[in-house]
Amino acid sequence: MTAFDPVPRVSGVAAPLLRDNIDTDAIIPSREIKGVGKTGLAEGLFAGWRYLQGREPDPGFVLNDPLYAHAPILLGGTNFGCGSSREHAVWALHEYGVRAVIAPGFAPIFASNCVRNGVIPVVLPAEVIATFKDTVTIDLVGQTVMSGGACVAFDIDPEARAMLVDGLDAIGLTLTNLPAIAAFHAADRVARPWIYL
Amino acid sequence: MRSRRRRRHPLAEPRTLFARLWDAHRVARLGPDDDLIAIDRVLLHERTGSVALRSLATAGRRVADPARVFAVTDHIVDTLPGRTGTRVPGGEAFLAATREETAKARIRLFDVDDPDQGIVHVISPELGIVLPGATLVCPDSHTCTQGAFGALAWGIGSTEAEHAMATGTLRMPRPKTMRVTFTGTLPTGVTAKDMMLALLAMHGANGGAGYAVEFAGEAVTALDIDGRQTLCNLATEFAAVTGFIAPDEMVFDYLRGRRYAPQGATWDAAVTVWRELRSDPGATFDCEIVIDASTLRPMVTWGTSPQSAVAIDATVPGQTDADLSPTGYDRALAYIGLAPGQILAGTPVDAAFIGACTNSRLSDLRRAAAILHGRRVAPGVQAIVVPGSMAVRRAAEAEGLDRIFLDAGFEWRMSGCSLCFYAGGDGFAPGTRVISSTNRNFEGRQGPGVRTHLASPETVAASAIAGAIADPRSFA
Repeated sequence: MTAFDPVPRVSGVAAPLLRDNIDTDAIIPSREIKGVGKTGLAEGLFAGWRYLQGREPDPGFVLNDPLYAHAPILLGGTNFGCGSSREHAVWALHEYGVRAVIAPGFAPIFASNCVRNGVIPVVLPAEVIATFKDTVTIDLVGQTVMSGGACVAFDIDPEARAMLVDGLDAIGLTLTNLPAIAAFHAADRVARPWIYL
Repeated sequence: MRSRRRRRHPLAEPRTLFARLWDAHRVARLGPDDDLIAIDRVLLHERTGSVALRSLATAGRRVADPARVFAVTDHIVDTLPGRTGTRVPGGEAFLAATREETAKARIRLFDVDDPDQGIVHVISPELGIVLPGATLVCPDSHTCTQGAFGALAWGIGSTEAEHAMATGTLRMPRPKTMRVTFTGTLPTGVTAKDMMLALLAMHGANGGAGYAVEFAGEAVTALDIDGRQTLCNLATEFAAVTGFIAPDEMVFDYLRGRRYAPQGATWDAAVTVWRELRSDPGATFDCEIVIDASTLRPMVTWGTSPQSAVAIDATVPGQTDADLSPTGYDRALAYIGLAPGQILAGTPVDAAFIGACTNSRLSDLRRAAAILHGRRVAPGVQAIVVPGSMAVRRAAEAEGLDRIFLDAGFEWRMSGCSLCFYAGGDGFAPGTRVISSTNRNFEGRQGPGVRTHLASPETVAASAIAGAIADPRSFA
C-alpha cells in the first residue's frame, strides 16, 4: 500500500532559498490555512514573501523567477522548517511541486512530516549546497546528489529512506505489528495500570 | 511516604532518564536506529487535530483507544469575553470538524464553553492527563512543555497523529541525548524564560537538533512547576526533539488528586515507580551543556529568531556575534527596525502581550501583576493578557489579579492561544512593536510586519508601564 508517489529519484531545477531558520509560518502562514484538509495550500506557499500588496507576485522572490517556478527541489539554510508543527507546510510544498529540500539541517517535526508525504529531506553542508546550480539530481536509492558533474553522498535514516523510496503507508506497515503491540499492552497494563483510562 | 530504593545490579551500566523512558516504551525494533514506540497519550487541537481525525475517518481507520485521546479548542478560538466561537475567517469549519469527529470517535473534547477549556499544554497538567514516565504526543510543536512532569512529550504532524491514534505507537528514529545543566541560583527578576533565551543565544536555534534534552541542575529544580513548563516549552525553539526534567516531589504534589491522575493505591504504586525516573550518577550523554544561572540577566530578543536574544541592558550585536549569515542578519534588522549597537532597553513599544503556552500560568500572571500593581500602562500602549486556561483565569480572579491588570489598563481575556500567532481573527497592525511573553518572534508570526520582542511576563509588564522595553528589576 502506498501513501504517496514514491520518490526514489528526483531530478530538476533547484531553487535557492538559502536563508537560515526558514520557519513553517513563512512556508505557509496561518491565515492561508483555510480548510480542514491537506489540499488547496500551494497558493499560500511562502505567501508573505511571494506576494506584494494585492496578491501581486513579488519579482524579487525566487519562485517568481520563471526559471525556478514549480521547481521540484528547494535549497535551504540551516534549521529548515523550524517552528509550528503544521504539516500544511509540507502539503503546500508538495502540492506546489517540491519533492526534495536540500539543507544543512531540518527541524525534527518538519523532517518527519516530509517523510510521511513524499518530500525528501536531504542534509548536506552549506558549503556543498552553495555549489549546486540549476539542475540537480537526487538518487535516494544510491544516496547521492549530482550537480554540474559533481557527485556527493548524503546520509539519511534507513527507515525514512525506505518509506520515501517505496511511498510506504506508515500506518499500514505498523498494523502488521499488531501482535507485538497487543503483547506490549498486555504486559504494560500490569506494570503501569495508571496509563490505561 | 518513604519508598524503598530498588538496588541495581552493581555492574549495570548507568542509564540516562531518556534511555529508561524510551526503552520502557519500545514495542519493536524497526532497524538499527529506529524503534516502534508506544504512545500513552494523544492530545489534539482544532487547527491540526481536526485534519488528523477527518483524514483517519476518511481512510476508514479507527482510533484504537479513544479514552487515551483528548481534544481541545484553543488555537483559533476568540478570546474576547462573551465569545461563542472564532473570529478567524473560515475558522468555524475547524471547530465544526473537531466537534463532529471527536463525537464520532468518542474522544473527550474540551470545547470553547467548557469550564476546563484552555491551551492544550496548560490544561493537560491541570487535568492530570500528562503523567511522569508517560509518552505524550500532540500535533503541536510546543508539546515538549509537558516534559516538565517527567514525561517524554513531543510535537508531531497531523499524519503522525493519525498513526498514533490508529496504532497506539509511532515509528521513530532514536534521538541522541543531551543534558543542559543550570548550576547556581537565579538572580532576582530572572526567570525560566531568561534561562532558555540565554541558552538559545549561546547555542543557537538549531543547537538541540537531533537531541532529547534533559534539563537539570539546582537552578532547574529550584523552579516552580510553572517555571519548569516555561523551560521545557522552549526546547522546540532549540530544535530539540523534546525537553524534560526528572520528576520530583513537587511534580507528584502537583498531580495528586487531578482528574485523570491515578487515585488511591494505584497512585501510591505509580509514585513508587516515578521516584525511580532519573538519570543515574555517571550516566553519559551524547552532549552536555553547563550554564551558570547566577550570571544570567533578564533577556529580550532583538531579531526574528528566538536565538537572537541579549540581556536587556545590552546592545544589538554585530553580525559575527549574532551567529547569522550576513544576509540573514541584515534581513532581521531591517524587519525589526533596529541598528547594531542600539541598547534594547528604552526602545519604544506599541503593544504588550502576556499569554501563550510559554508564560500564561498563574505564577506568570502573579509576577506580572506584582509589577503592575498601583501603576498604569503608558499612554498609547495596547496591553493584553490572555490566561492560559479558564482554570487559570478563575484562580487569578479569586486572588484579584484581574483587577490589577484591568486597573493598569490591560485587557483581561478568555483563554486561548490568541495573539501568540496570527490566524486572521486577531492581530496587531503592520509595523506594531510588541513586547511579548510568547515563544516565537518570526517575521509575521503575530501579523504581517509585526515586530515581536520575546521576554518574560515581568519584562512585558515593566515595558508596558514604561512604554518602552524596560528592565523589570527596576520596578520591583
